[in-house]
Amino acid sequence: MKMIPVETTINGDQTEFLCNADESLLDVLRDRLGLTGAKEGCGTGDCGACSVMLNGRVVCSCLVLGVETQGAEVETIEGMADGETLHPLQRVFIEEAALQCGICTPGILIAAKSLLAKNPDPTDTEVRYWLAGNLCRCTGYDKIIKAVQKAAAEMRAA
Amino acid sequence: MRYVKPESYEAASALLAAEDGIARILTGGTDVLVMLKAEMVEPDLMVDLKHLPGMHDIAAEDGGFRIGAAVSSAELGEHAALKAMWPGVVEGAELIGSTQVQNRATIVGNLCTASPAADSVPGLVTANAVAWLHGPHGTRDVPVVEIPVSPGKTMLAKGEFITSIYLPARPVGASDAYLRFIPRTEMDIAVSSAAVSLELDAGGTITAARVAIGAVAPTVRLVADAGAAIVGTKLDDDAIAALIAATEAACSPITDKRGTIEFRTKTAGVLAKRAAHIAYSRAGGKT
Repeated sequence: MKMIPVETTINGDQTEFLCNADESLLDVLRDRLGLTGAKEGCGTGDCGACSVMLNGRVVCSCLVLGVETQGAEVETIEGMADGETLHPLQRVFIEEAALQCGICTPGILIAAKSLLAKNPDPTDTEVRYWLAGNLCRCTGYDKIIKAVQKAAAEMRAA
Repeated sequence: MRYVKPESYEAASALLAAEDGIARILTGGTDVLVMLKAEMVEPDLMVDLKHLPGMHDIAAEDGGFRIGAAVSSAELGEHAALKAMWPGVVEGAELIGSTQVQNRATIVGNLCTASPAADSVPGLVTANAVAWLHGPHGTRDVPVVEIPVSPGKTMLAKGEFITSIYLPARPVGASDAYLRFIPRTEMDIAVSSAAVSLELDAGGTITAARVAIGAVAPTVRLVADAGAAIVGTKLDDDAIAALIAATEAACSPITDKRGTIEFRTKTAGVLAKRAAHIAYSRAGGKT
């Protein structure tokens, strides 16, 4: 199969890659670009573990073709921290132990960050609905919601 | 699989018409890429249309709105004027999948997947929405209700695709609502659903009504008798009883793991009743 050249911006960096027409953005990120933060859970858009930002919106990278990102802006979990300084959401998730196995965590952080950009002071219900597409099989969600709220409060005060 | 971004609508329909193998159209990708992954379909050609002019626009037109085929559910929900005029259409679109899915999924894709349980379709049907089709022999307008013909099948000819959906203008004192039954609170497929759109006169009497039901027949179904049952009323108990009876009579569901024939029929009637009350109240009526 003929490989297709794609130019895109990932975490602010101009990036070029070659991929097959039917290859998902998730596979491109993980297998071609070495960005393994986004995880494959279901591969069918149900679990949210592969969440990334595409042109400012949170999407499942398993439901995006790599070739679709020509000229697009992609943000992944690898771009969330500022150098050695973790994003408040990342730090609070660790402080509050809002994760156990960690597979869902990159997707949840990306989705939570996109929520707080749109709504800096959400209710618990709004957080739960926004994150309904991010499945976690360990925590029971309670600590995740609390961590998002704690980080949100900190970010509002900053 | 070849991936092509045609330069124009004409080029897209020519490409689709000339393809001997399996062709699929890509806009939001939330259905087609799942089918690809599950190997339910192995397309030879994937035609990406979302870069074409008008595809991402929600444009005011003759008092209503024209919605491009690549507009996402999230974008519909963010459009205040559209949501004010057609809240039932928008709430149907906003029930499709998760936040992530709503950022990509489109009402045109939901329509063309032709699922009987498609959440955005009953609202479009009661809105009298019209799809604008582009094909190798030109363009044509087709009412949304006529697009799906059976589960997974549409009336679109080879080489044809939908470029936009038109939601017509509506008078003051008109509104709509959509409800579905699912056994959880989010991210599920409707067991049954109902949309109601109605218009009121200054005294609160219903002057026009359309009712559509989902997941209770091979396609989303417009129930003319159910709409007629509440015209001339203010949703009194007799009118509601007639609405429920007409809705139940129009159901021909299947029994599967999601629900039985009896359960689907019963809940469709209840949802039509509740959606009628919500639409009535949104339209300014007081019961």
